[in-house]
Parts: sequence; structure tokens; C-alpha cells
Amino acid sequence: MSPDTGPAVALSGVRRSFGDVVAVDGLTFEVPRGTVTVLLGPNGAGKTTVVRLVTGALRAHGGAVQTLALDPAIDEQGTEIRRRCGVVPARPALYDRLSGTDNLAYAAALFQVAPTLVDERIAEAAGRFGIADALDLKVGGYSTGMRARLALARAVLHEPDLLLLDEPTAGLDPESARAVLGLIDEMAEGGKTVLMCTHLLLEAEGLADQVVVMDHGQAMISGSPLDLTRQFWPAPRVVVDADDPSILDAAQALPFVRGYQRNGVATVELEHETDVPDLVDALVASGARLTRVEPQAPTLEQLYFAIRREHQ
Amino acid sequence: MSRRTDNRQPRPSWVIARTDLRQLMQARDFWMPLTIVALLFFVIIPTFLLLILGSVKDANLAKKLSDVVGSLPKDLQANVHGQKGPASASYALAVYLFAPLAIIVPLTVSSAVGAHTIVGERERGSGEFLAHSPATERQIYLGKLMASLIPGYFTAAMGFLFYSLVVNLIVGRKLGGWFFPTTNWWILMLWVLPPFIALALAVILAISARVSSAAAAQQASALATLPLIVIAYGVSSNTLFRGSGTAFIIGGLEWCGAIFALWRASKAVSRERLLGMGAA
Repeated sequence: MSPDTGPAVALSGVRRSFGDVVAVDGLTFEVPRGTVTVLLGPNGAGKTTVVRLVTGALRAHGGAVQTLALDPAIDEQGTEIRRRCGVVPARPALYDRLSGTDNLAYAAALFQVAPTLVDERIAEAAGRFGIADALDLKVGGYSTGMRARLALARAVLHEPDLLLLDEPTAGLDPESARAVLGLIDEMAEGGKTVLMCTHLLLEAEGLADQVVVMDHGQAMISGSPLDLTRQFWPAPRVVVDADDPSILDAAQALPFVRGYQRNGVATVELEHETDVPDLVDALVASGARLTRVEPQAPTLEQLYFAIRREHQ
Repeated sequence: MSRRTDNRQPRPSWVIARTDLRQLMQARDFWMPLTIVALLFFVIIPTFLLLILGSVKDANLAKKLSDVVGSLPKDLQANVHGQKGPASASYALAVYLFAPLAIIVPLTVSSAVGAHTIVGERERGSGEFLAHSPATERQIYLGKLMASLIPGYFTAAMGFLFYSLVVNLIVGRKLGGWFFPTTNWWILMLWVLPPFIALALAVILAISARVSSAAAAQQASALATLPLIVIAYGVSSNTLFRGSGTAFIIGGLEWCGAIFALWRASKAVSRERLLGMGAA
């Protein structure tokens, strides 16, 4: 596997326990380069342990971990991996007595940013994450949102090849959370490989190229949201509304309709997406004056619960 | 804000130490009491005692003070300069009896800093940042060691400077000129003291890496430091009471012990412990 072509992260049958508690149990999945992979799962699913195993901060008790085609268990390779990774932990872990600049300068020095580039990188990262005006203030006085932004700025300062985000919006107000997610989206569009852990499904919506659903240290399922939708949400749905919604009930008799529900608006489950025009034709022919026809993709939340239901 | 002009990478251990020291400088509530302790032991108490000794007029008391000098080992009595009575007692006090301060004060400062250094990272959560950094466990340990050793040794050096001034200004006046530091004091400060602080820090850092809270680290470090203070009395007194050769041997033994203890203690610092695992 060439160092720059294989997956950014490859876990194969990885196991890690803490005393009697098994945190990761035979976990296997890959993070392709240049993609955003979201680890979804409830608290205690083993997501944080995965981040720690990927950088080599923790050693696996079994199986194989490959990060950027290197083995984190080998000392020199582990150091190289950590130099090329940026991590935003669940708790931003900043130095409150130091200023924002000092926090960033510390990370830059530790992550071996060339000293001549440090000032430029700090200014760039601070500008990008909207904290340039607060850089001279002590971090102890930062709001939770500013701390999250500073943690993100610190994680990208050395231009990592792989970005690991552990619940990056935990404890943020909706506005700050949205801003942070926007910034992650921006980084992903810039070609960064991102592995993000979350239990907030809305957070992953629209960001994920690949979703790995975890529970009890195992990957229940993984794939792109589209693949998972096809697998766990096979029937396309359309929301339909009309001047007189009762006329919509005629849809139930159509041969390509698999399910029908009317609760204010009607939700129609079809056999194929291509059946939508036929549905519209049939309803118009029945005398309905349609005011809304909206094909619906499932939200990640609906998908997540469908997957869990299937596995239970 | 251009602060750097060259492209040399600082060593990770120095980066960690420098950042810890910078945080310490910002924590006035932490270093202020330690500075007061240093001032008390190196300046205020010696000044007070030496001034009192120097102002004794009563003949009876002067004789008793001569007896203090007489209680020193025979070969040292010959070294005690000055006239009989208060002047020679001042000399003895300044040169021989304050010696333990040179070790106890830096030991107190370094142990206070060292006790927090690793467990503090864990409590703040910044241990996670260090655990994910490219710094090796050895470099993290070295950084923490330097960050704890430098404040202690700096305090000792500054205290030594002020103490020398106090002794020379108060006692030297009576003995015809500045005489302090003596050779053995130089040996104590440059050869015996550094490994002693390092030895103590080896114990304290190993504790700091293992316990679960800063309060527990403080308690355990205090417990570990107590016997070291007793040893400090013996070591420092022996360094000054015996000849330079013995002082060099004591220092040499300490260096051996310190290097071994530091090597052993370096194994206590691991990424897992920085993440809060394996803490007692």
C-alpha cells in the first residue's frame, strides 16, 4: 500500500479494554482519504477510544491499526502519525492562564511548524476561525464557543493530513455549533480527511461521506449515507399535499404505492423514485389540486434508528 | 508580531518546559507564597539572627555563644574566623548552621511545582493534547522535570545571592571583609544541590503521574518530601562540616542516585496516564 494512496485510517479487528470493560471489540472499518467519516453511536460506544487508538495515544490490545499507512504502535511511526494528525478532543483542553496566541504558539512548536511560519499560521488560523480579536486575551476568559474555535484553530495549525474531531460541538449553543460545523465542512471541501465522532445525528447530516454506526465497541454497519439509505430505507417517500387532502387517499389504490399515511399532509411510499410522475398524474386525474410534491430523503436520525431497529 | 527569525526547531522537551514556566509566571497566587518562604529563610531569618548575635553586649551571653562554637567539631573550630564570642558565633551560624536552608527551600518550591505538573495536565484535560502530540513520552517527562527543577534551582540561586549579601554585610564587617561563599558552599550549591532536587523530583513526578488529583499529589509529595528534608539536613551539614573531598563524594553519590531515580521515574509518564488511565 503506497503511503499516499491507501485509506487514511484502517482498523482491522481492533480490540481494546480497560480492566474488565471492553471499549472496542473487534472493530473494523476504513477511512478513505479526502473524505469525512462520521462515527455515530451513543455515549460509551467506544468512539473516543477509536480516536485515541488512531493517533497511538492508546495502544490496541488486539487487531491492527494503520494510520496514514503507518503503525502507531511503533514508536517512530507513532510520532510521525501524531505530527500529521490534528485532534480536537471532546473537552477542548486549553491552557487557561495563557493567551490564545500562546496556546497556538505552543501547539505550533510542539507540532514542529517551522518557526519562521508560526506567526503567519497563527494569524491565518485565527482569522479563519474568527478569533483574531481575542488572541491576546487569556483563554480562561473565553466563552465555550471561542474555546471550541481556538481548539479547532490549534488542530489545523500544522496543516495535518488527518483531522480527528471528538464531539466538536459538545456544549455549544446552536449558533456556535452551526459555525463550527460550517468550518469543518469548509475543511472537508478543501480535501482534508476528517474522522468525526458524534452522538448528535443532526451534526453529521450533510457532512458525512461515510457513516460508521458504533455500539458496544463494534461497528454495526458502515457505508455512505446513500448506500445506507438504499439498504435500510429502500422505499422512496414523497410528501404530497392538496387543496382537499382527502382526495389524496386515492393513492392507496395505486399498484406502485407500498405505503400511505395521511396526517395533515400525505406521505406516500413508492416502489421506485421513477414512480413520482405517475403518482402525480394519477392524483391529478382523481381531481386533486396538488399544492406540494416533495420527494423525501431520510434524515440521518431516521436512518440511524432504522439501522438500530434492524440490528435489534 | 514577528518573534522568530531562524528556522531551528526548539526541542519538544524545552517547548513543554517553557510553556509550563510561562504558566507558572502567570500564577501569582501560586508563586507568591513560595517567594515569601524563600525570602523568609534566605533573607529575613538570617538577617534577624545575625543582627541579634552581632549586638550582644552581655559578657555572660558572649561566653555562651563562644561555647556554641566550641560545640562544633574540632577541625571546624580552627576554621571559625573572628574574635571569640559573638563574631565567631555569627560566622559559625552563617557558614555552618544555615546550610540546610540551601536545600530545603528549593526542595519545597520544586516539589510544589512538580506535584501539580502531570496530574494538573490530566485535571485540566490538556493531558489529552499532550498525548496526541508528537512529543515522545521521554520528552514530555524531561519537559516536566525541567519545568519543576528550574523554579527550585532559580529560587536557590537567588536566595544564595541574597544570603551571601546578608552574611557579608553583617558578619563580614566584623571579620575584616567579605568572606562568603566559602569553597564548601560553592560545592554545596553547584554540585550537591542539583542532584538532590532532581532526586526528590524523580519521586514527586512519579507520584504526580500516578495519582488521580492534584490534591492527592500534593499530599503524597509532602509525605515523600518529609524524609528528604531530614536527609537534606544531614547531607548539607556533612558537605560543609567535612572537607571538600567528602563533599565531592557526597555529590557524586547523589548524582548516581538521581540519574537512576530519574530513569526509573521516566517510565511512570505514559500517554495512557496523561489521558487519565492507570491513575490511582
